[in-house]
Amino acid sequence: MARIFAFIEHKSGVVSDTAGELLAAAKKIDPSATPTAIVAGSGPELEAACQSLCASFHEVWKIASEALAYPNAELIRKALVGVLPQGSIVLAAHNHFGIDLAPGLSIKLNAAFVSDVVSIEGLEGTWLKVVRQEFGGQVSAHMRCDLSPGAVIGVRPGAFHALENVTSSGQVVDKSSDAGTLTASRRYVETVVAEAGAVDITKHDVLVSIGRGIQEQENVAIAQELADVMGAAVSCSRPVVDAKWMEKSRQVGTSGKTVKPKVYLACGISGAFQHLAGVQGNAFLVAINKNPKAPIFQVADVGIVADLLEFLPELTNKIREMQSVSVK
Amino acid sequence: MTVEMLVCVRRVPDTSENEIALNREGNDIERDDLVYSINEWDNYAVEEALQMVAKAGGNVTVVTVGGDDDEEILRREMAMGANHGVLLCDEAFDGSDGKGIATILKAFVQKGHYDLILTGVQAEDGGAQVGGMLAAMLDYPFASLVNSIEVRDGKTLKIGREIEGGNKEMNEIDLPCVLSIQTGINEPRYVGMRGIRQVASLPVPTYGAAELGVEAGAVGASGAKVKRVDYFAPALGKGARMLEGSQEEIIDELLELVKAKGGLK
Amino acid sequence: MMVRSILEPAQANYWLMQGQTLFLILHILGVACFSYIVAKRMTPLLRGQTDARWDRPWTRLGMVGKFWLGQWKQPRYRGAGTLHLLIFAGFLLLATRAFTVLIQGVSVNFVMPGLSGEAGHVYGIITDYAATAVFLCMVIAMIRRLVFRPARYEVPPQYGQARTADAIFLLALIAVLMAADGLLEASKAAFQTQQGQPAEFLAVLSLAWMLKGALLSTSLPLLQNLHLGSYVLHEVTFFFLLCYRPFGIQFHVETSLFSVYFAKLDRGTLKPVRWGVSEEHLDEVKSFGVKKFEDFTWKHMLDFYSCADCGRCSDNCPANAVGRPLSPRFLTRKAREYSFQHYPVLGRADQGPNLIGSIYSEDEIWSCTTCGACEEECPLLIEYIDKIVDLRRGMIDDGNVPQSLQKPLKALESRGNAYGKMEKKRADWVKPKEFQLACNVPVLEGEQRADTLYFVDSITSYDDRMQAIGRATAKILDHIGENFGILGAAEKDSGHEVRRFGEETLFQSLRDHNVEAIQATGVKRIVTSDPHAYNALKHDYKNMPQVEHISQVIAREVKSGKIQFRPVEDKNNVYTYHDPCYLGRHNQIYDDPRDVLDAIPGLKRVEMDRSRDRSFCCGGGGLMLFYEPKEDQRMGVKRVQMAAEAGANVLVTACPFCMVNMEDAIKVAGLEGKMTAIDLAELAEQQLVRKAPAAVEAAEVAGMQPEFAAGR
Repeated sequence: MARIFAFIEHKSGVVSDTAGELLAAAKKIDPSATPTAIVAGSGPELEAACQSLCASFHEVWKIASEALAYPNAELIRKALVGVLPQGSIVLAAHNHFGIDLAPGLSIKLNAAFVSDVVSIEGLEGTWLKVVRQEFGGQVSAHMRCDLSPGAVIGVRPGAFHALENVTSSGQVVDKSSDAGTLTASRRYVETVVAEAGAVDITKHDVLVSIGRGIQEQENVAIAQELADVMGAAVSCSRPVVDAKWMEKSRQVGTSGKTVKPKVYLACGISGAFQHLAGVQGNAFLVAINKNPKAPIFQVADVGIVADLLEFLPELTNKIREMQSVSVK
Repeated sequence: MTVEMLVCVRRVPDTSENEIALNREGNDIERDDLVYSINEWDNYAVEEALQMVAKAGGNVTVVTVGGDDDEEILRREMAMGANHGVLLCDEAFDGSDGKGIATILKAFVQKGHYDLILTGVQAEDGGAQVGGMLAAMLDYPFASLVNSIEVRDGKTLKIGREIEGGNKEMNEIDLPCVLSIQTGINEPRYVGMRGIRQVASLPVPTYGAAELGVEAGAVGASGAKVKRVDYFAPALGKGARMLEGSQEEIIDELLELVKAKGGLK
Repeated sequence: MMVRSILEPAQANYWLMQGQTLFLILHILGVACFSYIVAKRMTPLLRGQTDARWDRPWTRLGMVGKFWLGQWKQPRYRGAGTLHLLIFAGFLLLATRAFTVLIQGVSVNFVMPGLSGEAGHVYGIITDYAATAVFLCMVIAMIRRLVFRPARYEVPPQYGQARTADAIFLLALIAVLMAADGLLEASKAAFQTQQGQPAEFLAVLSLAWMLKGALLSTSLPLLQNLHLGSYVLHEVTFFFLLCYRPFGIQFHVETSLFSVYFAKLDRGTLKPVRWGVSEEHLDEVKSFGVKKFEDFTWKHMLDFYSCADCGRCSDNCPANAVGRPLSPRFLTRKAREYSFQHYPVLGRADQGPNLIGSIYSEDEIWSCTTCGACEEECPLLIEYIDKIVDLRRGMIDDGNVPQSLQKPLKALESRGNAYGKMEKKRADWVKPKEFQLACNVPVLEGEQRADTLYFVDSITSYDDRMQAIGRATAKILDHIGENFGILGAAEKDSGHEVRRFGEETLFQSLRDHNVEAIQATGVKRIVTSDPHAYNALKHDYKNMPQVEHISQVIAREVKSGKIQFRPVEDKNNVYTYHDPCYLGRHNQIYDDPRDVLDAIPGLKRVEMDRSRDRSFCCGGGGLMLFYEPKEDQRMGVKRVQMAAEAGANVLVTACPFCMVNMEDAIKVAGLEGKMTAIDLAELAEQQLVRKAPAAVEAAEVAGMQPEFAAGR
């Protein structure tokens, strides 16, 4: 079995949540593997990232260079090509950074590439069987990926659960000198931060979506509070926009946005065709409605007959309670 | 300056017009009633190319790897305004994985000269991979998830990438390069049947493995290191499961379910 | 004292020139000037597209008699209409008088043939009163404009400046003309009376009569000068008015006659892409629709001149009422100004910019629901829908289509419905078991034949809520023993909205598909419950069997006795009927639905203020459901509020799109629980006295369970 590496992103020295997920994914490929983390960056931030990774990885390879102060995938790819041994299996998160890095890396390493993996089913000889979702999650597909020439595997963030009770006292190995000279024909300039208040509902995994059942504008805050504790965004159906209770950009439906969240809490939404057409993918649809005959219950995964104005604050409180317990 | 642009496109079953379901055997999607269209991201890429060429001058070529059925989308994009459409078609290409497709495209790119190559970020049944692979094969710089392009001068572009939280990462990138285009970068123009009929008589050249100089073993099913085994239905409940009991019980049960679906951390 | 006659203008010397010569020159100058201006104004018409308006001359003359001479639409606005009627009648009566006066400037003793002697005196009295009436009307009109300022004349800031000064100036000129004419007569009569000569009789209490009274003690030389002076004033004012009119709304005095003669005769139809180009040759047409001004037809350009800016179209336009960026009045006015600017009277015509982006915005043109309220109201029968559709055709041709409309259009192309649903599921609405027990709806394929086809159309086929309308319609057809069937998967969208959104090519392909499918069934009649489908089948399709809307069928069978209704259960309910645009205005079916309602025992029905041909659009159907208009309020909300104001709590309509909009609007307006919407077919089916009541009713109760196929 070839050596498994996990490329770990960090931000100002704080390691990405995907670190634990990639470790879990690596264990799925080969439960006996001791995957190696790779981090790139510069200065004390890189050191901090390495140190925190040592708690879960057996070995942490670091690539330090001033050029890597900002994670430019074009440079990191070059560095990785210099550092990684022939035939490596490299895991990376399938996110805005991984999409930039991974496909090209597989070419440079002459390795197989499979992306957006949501589940790993195990090895069949040198072939790894994995699961991907296609057509907006309407169907899943089994893929086989030949690991013999090495492989780059893009792992969907959130699809794997970080293993509990992982402890390690890994050591940091400095691989900076293998990285070679790092210049690229793509240069980072700056990050333009999204305008405050501009929420892109299509980019959220969890949506607390409100319909007319919210009754008046003041009550939108109830949904917003729930969304805040869930790390979700508030979206809505057309009547809410028509009533000018929320911006048009928050509307889900044929005349609004098409969303593909993981969880969709439809609160006081009757479930008109025009609205539901905007909820695509394999969303887990929770319907909360006062009216037990609301059509939304016919298509939802889970239904709750309740008064929103009572139920939502209760739900918010419960989550808050849970969160304060887990922090302690 | 003028830019010679190549846009790599694909024909896919459109999720908004198909109910993607498993076939009777349960190993593939039901393909009988599917309707196809150009991959949504690719359409944005073509529109972006057309807008750039309208400003800077140049030509837009759309290319796809596929069969005779795929000519339809080339015509659609030509009706939008693309100057040329090229079909890369050969039995040897069947069953290619992402790398195989990139290999075929690379061979085509090297037959001509392009300043800028665009792809869509991903396809409905793809893996957001071909653009990055093609760039690596050509040794061109690459940027994914591009949601703005500004032509600087004849040598560089200023591009924006969509990163987390709706933020935008600005980069400078040298030409020639490969960019994968994110939806929403522009508002693609409408093409109806009339537009397609008007370009019906334009030639769409077809190149096979031999003309491209692609080694048959490097592409197609035999060259693929990644293969799709089958499709299967993701677990899905039928109709709403009504949660009953006291409010407290309902909330507890709901939170368990939402947590299991990744809606709570 | 020597008695002398008054010197007539033709005989007098004005400065160094004899009147006769002076007026001949002025006449010629005036007429030449007018001709030149009119010729310039006609230039764009010559460059415009052809238009088929030369057919049916007798019908057209009838239109002139009714709408031009008879001013048929004017009284729809009581005050302004009456005023206009009086002015128009006055002008007609005064025309002969005006020509006589003009000719007398050259030939003193000229008398209009047939108006000598007694007839002349009678005509004189009539014109005295006519001129007085016109004069008074001018004064009232000026007061209205300046003091009362009716809201529909206001110009919202985005459409430029109000033209009040211009309007007042024109009104004043006409008043001056009337006064000059009166003074001309009065000065002469006063002169003659003073001289003891027989004077022309002036109608008592007319303007001229009063002026004469005032002038009786004026000195003779002054009267002589007044007489000569008033003629010059009359001359100058007349020709100034004549030549000034083509620069503004007063041009309608000249052009309206032609606009009405060439008016559109066929309701519910749309103009073809290009008149004179058959569909087979459409692919050779380089550009579709209206992009440049010259892409309008000459008749449509003439409309721009004929608009009198009365504001009635916009006053009735639902898009305007809810704050969408569309006002039919300004659609016309902006085009007229564009034409004046790029086809100037002095100087050369130039090639103006494309209309979209210069005078029109995309949103403006997409905002129209083609409800037809503007056309219904226009006193001069000016067309709007054809122009809007032509402008949309232009935008479609340029690929200029809002993203929200592209998906449904694409789905219509590949799936035959805007929702992207699969063809094979089109007949799923007949599948609920309870319904199938109650009513058999065969799909007309293979050897399956029927007399009547129920054309369901997309929304009724696929929308969970609207499927109930389909089932109600089928049950009614079944009840009356109609041998009917549906097309099932072979039916595609009627394309009615596709066409009205300007996608002609897609429409033609949908239509061709449906025509073939319908003809293959060999049916003798078509029934539909969707007014949009009804209008498409009746007017957009050719060679169709007889088409009926279900409301017509029900009304007929109520009369025949085949349909009988049970009394309404809740006597407290008050019903009102909302006329769907494509049933009412576009097809004049106003009474059948009302007759059906009135045939239900115990049903209390009220009319909304806006009903029948003044019905207020629900917000539009078909693709309009996908379009995201910029508006302050939804049309449907306004409409349900109107129903509430009328005292109704049940809103009955006869169109699935109205149902979508009304049901949404009831929720948005906060009227839920206070008002319900129901389709006429649903109501009729609910109240049917059935053949075997017990058995069917049991199934009906079970059938109330809504089915939710694949909602997402």
